[in-house]
Amino acid sequence: MPSPSIDPTAAAAVNQVLTFVIGDATYGIDIPCVQEIRGWSPVTRLPQAPADVLGVLNLRGSIVPVLDLRLKFGADNVQYTPITVIIVVSVMSAKGAREFGMVVDGVSDVIDITAQDVKPAPDLGATASGAYIRGLIPVSGRMVVLLDVELLIGKEFAAAASAGATQAA
Amino acid sequence: MTIDLTQFHDAFFDESFEALDSMESELLKLDTGSPDPESINTIFRVAHSIKGGGATFGFAEIASFTHSLETLLDEVRSKRLAVTQRICDLLLKSVDIMRAMLQAAKTKQPIAMQSVADLQFDIELVIVQRDNGIAASPSPTSGAADSSDATNTQSDSADEPRNIEWLIELRPGPSFFERGTDPVRIFRELGVLGALAVTAHLDALPAYQDLEPQRCYLSWSLTLLSDAPEAAIREIFEWLNADCELTVSTRNAPAGIDATPAAASDADAGGATPQIGASVVSAPRTATAPLLPVESAQPAQAAFANESGSIRVGVEKVDELINTVGELVITHAMLSQICHGISGPAAELLRSGMQQLERNMRQLQEGVMRVRMLPISVVFSRFPRMVRDLAQRLDKQVELKIIGETTELDKTVLEKIGDPLVHLVRNCIDHGIETAAARAAAGKNLTGTICLNASHRGGNIDIEVSDDGGGLNCERILAKARAAGLVDANDKLSDAEIQQLIFLPGFSTAEITTDLSGRGVGMDVVRRNVTDLGGKIEVYSARGQGSRFLITLPLTLAIVDGLSVAVGDQIYILPMMSTIESLRLAPSQVTSIAEGREVFAFRDEYLPIVRLYKIFDLTPRARALHEGLVVVVEGAGRRVGLFVDDLVGQQQVVIKSLETHYGRVSGISAATILGDGSVALILDVPDLIRNASLRAAA
Repeated sequence: MPSPSIDPTAAAAVNQVLTFVIGDATYGIDIPCVQEIRGWSPVTRLPQAPADVLGVLNLRGSIVPVLDLRLKFGADNVQYTPITVIIVVSVMSAKGAREFGMVVDGVSDVIDITAQDVKPAPDLGATASGAYIRGLIPVSGRMVVLLDVELLIGKEFAAAASAGATQAA
Repeated sequence: MTIDLTQFHDAFFDESFEALDSMESELLKLDTGSPDPESINTIFRVAHSIKGGGATFGFAEIASFTHSLETLLDEVRSKRLAVTQRICDLLLKSVDIMRAMLQAAKTKQPIAMQSVADLQFDIELVIVQRDNGIAASPSPTSGAADSSDATNTQSDSADEPRNIEWLIELRPGPSFFERGTDPVRIFRELGVLGALAVTAHLDALPAYQDLEPQRCYLSWSLTLLSDAPEAAIREIFEWLNADCELTVSTRNAPAGIDATPAAASDADAGGATPQIGASVVSAPRTATAPLLPVESAQPAQAAFANESGSIRVGVEKVDELINTVGELVITHAMLSQICHGISGPAAELLRSGMQQLERNMRQLQEGVMRVRMLPISVVFSRFPRMVRDLAQRLDKQVELKIIGETTELDKTVLEKIGDPLVHLVRNCIDHGIETAAARAAAGKNLTGTICLNASHRGGNIDIEVSDDGGGLNCERILAKARAAGLVDANDKLSDAEIQQLIFLPGFSTAEITTDLSGRGVGMDVVRRNVTDLGGKIEVYSARGQGSRFLITLPLTLAIVDGLSVAVGDQIYILPMMSTIESLRLAPSQVTSIAEGREVFAFRDEYLPIVRLYKIFDLTPRARALHEGLVVVVEGAGRRVGLFVDDLVGQQQVVIKSLETHYGRVSGISAATILGDGSVALILDVPDLIRNASLRAAA
């Protein structure tokens, strides 16, 4: 948030953001939560999972769910090619670190930003990605949509947990 | 110097709980007529060490209570008080009270002082009554005799001739002070026994800047002139930890000769306490020289201090190890798959290397699994007490037989099987075993027998709870089930099926519901707990002859024996524990009933067919029943035929939680990683069966 009273040292603090593309749009997430970036490999389907949860993957011995961000953000006709990428992110939750993979079309860049670079997003209404947007970053004439990974994963798990609970009951 | 003692609380609690368990089991073995002195000593030691720990760590209530208890036990030990049933009961109650106090202190809850005070009063009453009974002999330890009283008593008798000179060497381990041990306290107690000279050895003391304040650099040589027996001296050192080296030896020289250090007479004259304080800080004295040969002549004494060959390790450390070994197994499977595909001169070498690796890995895996294994006696040990108490309350004569208590199983399984077993044993006493009169009428031995039997069978453990009581009353069970609407009035059920009804929720046949059992939540909870552990429970009963409950559990929760089945492009693992048989059905064997529900005859019953691809919404390779396979599975008390494309193989798989990074998935209990690195889901058979019947009902 740009604010005149802000501490200059904090304002100058540089954050790194990983940017990736889905369709024509460029998105960004904070680098610290990125665990690894890996090529597409087939996943094991989870029965009765939401359509955008593709399944689970063996990540060095952990069973990690994989979410197709493209499907989540409303893309249709998605393809899984050798250049399709899974970004593995990790967020802290009440139950400890949780990891999940996000399928995107491709990874593009790492950019340095300061807090002032992030502009508040306009009200986008009820779009698929609107609920997870933290802000917009203009980068060399393009717009990078900064996503809130914790929000993304939190809603996903809340949905998964309640789905599991109702089916178990 | 202040040390934060709270860091040792956990160890104190752990040790105290263990000590109480051993005290309880000794108490139960205690023969009221002629008690084994060794048992009494064990019980005394427990009270003594809890008192010491309680006082050191500032749990005044615990210390005060155990002090009274110790006084009582001392009376018993010195045979001034006979072991009666009343004392036995008091002591058992004390175990419960101490457990409750320790638990309260551990969880930082207030201690329920009323019950403590009541029991403490009872204990002191017993002591006082004894004192009144034999008023002639003064009792130095009864009542709240503190150490100064005891000192006076002993000083009075100090004029008696003492002709044994005890030479005591104490070499504490580095953690001596960390554990809150106060040598001055020990020496003071020794001083009560007779004239004491203490020499501190400061040679190991490092330069001031290298000094770690919590570490013990001192060792001591003590010379004690006393008529006390060796056991009495050793007892003062009782609650030293195992890394202390202690030797107690005698020099059979008469007292008062030149070798006696001058300090001894000082102590005699001036009272032990100030002298010791001075000696601790004084420089080494010459008294060490004659001690050394005596010490080397008795090598067995060193072993006394370190008898325990076990270490305490956090469970999470072991789990980490198990996980890593699980990774290793998966990586190995991956490598050996690659190995099969290559050729050339090096390939043969590689393959033999892989075989060697596999052998080592299996050993490692078994070894690590064994670390988590504990004997089932940990759970069984609570039953003698429970059976005794319950039988007393219900006025029944019951004998408990325990077989196979050394059988080992995984700690997690062990922790979770305790409650179901308690339920079963309670039921056996409450409902199973008849009163003595009824048994006499039936021509049975007046004392009923309950048998707990644990044994290994294959990769599983069988735990059997059986009694020779009345057995299950099938007519009554059926009547109750009908009344409760659990069974249709027209259904014809076999005895075995009727016996299964007791596992249904909301079922209880006890004519009088007691506070012990009969709330109708028992058996279905037992079964749920057992199935949650991946096991199963069966009941066998014959009217008038008793009943037998057989629980079959996997040895560990980390690995499961599984059957891998294919549906479409997915592989699923069926736990072996829940599979019965797999078969290929000819179309003629299958009968379609309403709305596409299919059943087939299996042995002497009709089982519904559950098509896995329909439940999981997959595209199968086999849709016609004769193209695929039907696996008969059992769970939630029912059997169904699970239709899959094919069987792939049978293997042990390492269980990985899905809930760590995702959540619960209906019909799936966990996941595993296959040899090629891909993930396979492990089916939750009871859940699948429940879901299938819900779907059918919908």
